[in-house]
Amino acid sequence: MIELNDVHKSFGKVEVLKGINASVQKGEVVCIIGPSGSGKSTILRCINGLESYDRGEISVEGLKVDRDAPSIVNIRTQVSMVFQRFNLFPHRTALENVVEGPLYVKKESRAAALERGRTLLAQVGLAEKADAHPPQLSGGQQQRVAIARALAMQPKAILFDEPTSALDPELVGDVLGVMRKLADDGMTMVVVTHEMGFARDVADRVLFIDGGVIVEQGLAKALLNQPQHPRTQDFLRRVLHPL
Amino acid sequence: MKGFWRDAVEFFPILMNGVALTIVVTVGSLLLSTVLGLVWAMMRVSGIKALSMLSASLINVIRGIPIIVLLFYLYFVMPDLGVTLSALQAAILGLGIAYSAYQAENFRAGIEAIDKGQIEAAQSIGMGWWLTMRRVVLPQAVRIVLPPYGNVMIMMLKDSSQASTITVAELALQGKLIASSTFKNTSVFTLVALMYLTMSIPLILLVRHFEKRAGKR
Repeated sequence: MIELNDVHKSFGKVEVLKGINASVQKGEVVCIIGPSGSGKSTILRCINGLESYDRGEISVEGLKVDRDAPSIVNIRTQVSMVFQRFNLFPHRTALENVVEGPLYVKKESRAAALERGRTLLAQVGLAEKADAHPPQLSGGQQQRVAIARALAMQPKAILFDEPTSALDPELVGDVLGVMRKLADDGMTMVVVTHEMGFARDVADRVLFIDGGVIVEQGLAKALLNQPQHPRTQDFLRRVLHPL
Repeated sequence: MKGFWRDAVEFFPILMNGVALTIVVTVGSLLLSTVLGLVWAMMRVSGIKALSMLSASLINVIRGIPIIVLLFYLYFVMPDLGVTLSALQAAILGLGIAYSAYQAENFRAGIEAIDKGQIEAAQSIGMGWWLTMRRVVLPQAVRIVLPPYGNVMIMMLKDSSQASTITVAELALQGKLIASSTFKNTSVFTLVALMYLTMSIPLILLVRHFEKRAGKR
């Protein structure tokens, strides 16, 4: 349902994506791993048009992603995003954050949106925090609200941009648990992450990216257990055994 | 001192007429400058080059002209161009336009202080530019903008005295008229100063309240 075809992207003179070819099938969980600055996040941000790309083509369900075209709104309501730093709206409660999109973008009825909002908050384990404002919540709770906000759009896929990187270690598990449940329910997910355990257990496929190209890709367990490319081997050794 | 109190009782009612006009001019130009300032600021952050450049040049032109000259222009020059304004209209229009430049810069600073992640989050749930502004950016910018906005209110209250130069009989001009006909300069201008101060104090307290609230987050 998501296709990337020879995607190039530069920031000024620095070329961060040098011809990315990839596709994500419906119901698939794809993890993108790789060193910092390799272009992982940029790929996600191009898919829902937060960034433009210079060359190649990205399409979602056959619809070309063009951040300057009106169709981008359509794409964004189908492909939600969860950010590293949560980016909840601090002036609104958890529940208001969740129903913001359904109410004001999709123009759903207030009663229906609120009811589903509460259900979603319960689903991420935060039913009792509906009326709390984001600054009153822990990082892990904020990220779970952000996931509920993404789900409220009833998307066909969700992009996760290092969703646990800004969390205290003991809060990571809660967020990963919610994501694992989503994967089990058949949600299409693209996850940029440094959590190799999550990638191994939950992902169907893993892409290893370095220097703006996909160095290696394959089934999650195979790639993570028996990486073929020396750079993948080197990266995984550093991540898994840092000492 | 006794003389001052006697004068105060005598001149107070006349000066109160001036106070009324001062308030009309201040409130009128405050509203106008707020609306215009918002428009300039929105143009500035619209991301559309032509609009943003137009707004930037407008702000610079307005900032570069003294308020008093702007007032003279509206009151004395506009009739030559076929637009006749009453003194009060010209005063409100002139002060409103003059202050719209400062309001715009203040609003823009508030809008640009909002974390980029907020805008991306809004976009990622499909919000367009205007919806993002209305639901996400402006409600958060208000907190940042209010303290300086309060200061502008105080400055506008005092600068409304410039309307006296185009015959609006607000507090300063009323004072001057009484003083020049009674020669009781000390009593009259002390009274005028105290009346401005009295009007400023609630605004000063308001600013303090805004600052406390903004500091909370």
